[in-house]
Amino acid sequence: MPIIEASGLARTFKSRKRVVHAVRGVDLTVDEGEIVGFLGPNGAGKTTTLRMLTTLLRPTEGRATVAGADLLKDPLGVRRRIGFVPQAIGQTMGGTDNQAKVIEELHDQAALYRIAAADGARRADLLLRQLDLSGLGDRLVKTLSGGQRRRLEIALGLVHEPQVVFLDEPTTGLDPQSRSNLWGHIRRLRSELGTTVFLTTHYLEEADALCDRVIIIDNGVTVATGTPDELKRHVSGDVVTLKVSGQAAQASTLLAAQPVVRDVAESDEGLRLTVEHGEEALPALLRVLDGAGITISSISLSRPTLDDVFLTLTGRSLRDDSPSSAASRDAAGATGQPDLAAAASGE
Amino acid sequence: MIFIHDTLLVFRRQARLLLREPAYIVIAMVQPLLFLILFGPLLTRLPAGTLGGATTTDAWRFFVPGLLIQLGLFGSTFVGFAIISDWRAGIIERFRVTPVSRLAILSGRVLRDVCTLVLQAILLVLVGVAFGLRAPLPAIVVSLGFIVLVAIGLASVSYSVALLLKSEDAFAPLINTVVVPLMLLSGIMLPLSLGPGWLQGIARVSPFRYIIDAMRSAYAGHYWNSLMAEGVAVAVGLAAVCLVLGSRAFLKENA
Repeated sequence: MPIIEASGLARTFKSRKRVVHAVRGVDLTVDEGEIVGFLGPNGAGKTTTLRMLTTLLRPTEGRATVAGADLLKDPLGVRRRIGFVPQAIGQTMGGTDNQAKVIEELHDQAALYRIAAADGARRADLLLRQLDLSGLGDRLVKTLSGGQRRRLEIALGLVHEPQVVFLDEPTTGLDPQSRSNLWGHIRRLRSELGTTVFLTTHYLEEADALCDRVIIIDNGVTVATGTPDELKRHVSGDVVTLKVSGQAAQASTLLAAQPVVRDVAESDEGLRLTVEHGEEALPALLRVLDGAGITISSISLSRPTLDDVFLTLTGRSLRDDSPSSAASRDAAGATGQPDLAAAASGE
Repeated sequence: MIFIHDTLLVFRRQARLLLREPAYIVIAMVQPLLFLILFGPLLTRLPAGTLGGATTTDAWRFFVPGLLIQLGLFGSTFVGFAIISDWRAGIIERFRVTPVSRLAILSGRVLRDVCTLVLQAILLVLVGVAFGLRAPLPAIVVSLGFIVLVAIGLASVSYSVALLLKSEDAFAPLINTVVVPLMLLSGIMLPLSLGPGWLQGIARVSPFRYIIDAMRSAYAGHYWNSLMAEGVAVAVGLAAVCLVLGSRAFLKENA
């Protein structure tokens, strides 16, 4: 049963005589108990979509139901049933006050959801234990480590036992150890409480390791959805790299003729084949070369990464520090994309 | 009921956070007294009659209401700074995504600021009495009532403007540009009647000038006159208009 259903969700910002289409048309469905990753390059409309689904921003078009409540007609109903953990880097932080004590933040949060004090205190204690924050209740937030603070922010989003929780870049800025620790907590959220998790992320390994399903957004439109494996299979195909002793040209021609081979390229490392269902195709390819008397000196099969999927679908890499994404940022700058963020926050 | 619950929730949180800053408490107590202690004694040496009466007591009756308004003006217009850092910390969004009344995010804060200002005002009056102020108790209560109205209005506007600007660099010069002329045109330090006609004319646009006149009238023991009527009307009107304007920023669907 879908717990989030959106169709044609769109948001335009008007700034200085220019109209910016931050989100053009998002269609998505999330089933109960799923962990769904929402991926997209910078400026693709991830955060704007998330802000619409959490009632922080009113869509200019489209409709959606979240946890059984209509986003436009009953935003209060949506707010009661969802948890939201904002991203902790960039323009605004994760929502905790430096001067507050950890336990006060949890109690206040419970009171915001109008949970009675006694119940709120019980929930707070439970969450402290579940998120490895035991013993930190009386500490000021500013004394927490990055990972502890992020876990507190996630605890705040869970204090009212929401049916669905939205995590905006939950692990950005954390060290690898804190990150994989947090993944464990998010998985347990689903396995122990049946909570649906909708998260955005910049880390492909996070989407790969954590998400049942991935939804990709580009230029304000959802462009693909599927399990990470499905996307890799359908969009990119596997890569076989092999070296033959001599006869490279002949091998290349032979292999290119095979129906499972989509593409053959010759490089210094040898032949690079893009094939469908690599592990099943491999024996047949070996037999073909063997039959032609071509000797293989080495062979390797590699699965495509989500980044390959990403490049294929959007022409951009998701990785922040890669040259292709820097190039896309420059391109975005030329079309006025940075203003998008300003318009989004200024609204 | 829910609105009151939510307002008190935000109020308690804000008060708790404020009391955790000892430096702030010291500053909040000392700052309003600076003008009283370092400037007030000068006024008592002015030629008799300059401040509307002949005695030292008259000088204090003139000066303390002015200081109360100055306290209200500065104390409540600067509160917006705090909401910019709260917004940056993600706290405003965190609250807006819960079922809490969005108006309570404003009203709870304003309530905290009103309480702070009233406490500061009481301290100011008490120290004023120690320096030689003599005024009827009802007059002091009336002046505190004015301070409450001023604080409600100005704090609401300050929060909403700050939340729209989201930048201390833009907010600080704006506040100074608005507040300093308003203060000067209210006759806080010296009577406007000393000034030339054009200055007195401009001063009519400052709402605080009417409120100060009403407070000074009360301190002199006159409650039922046109000065008081004007002062009350202006203070209530100002608070109402500012509260409505301020609420709009917080009730906006998108912030």
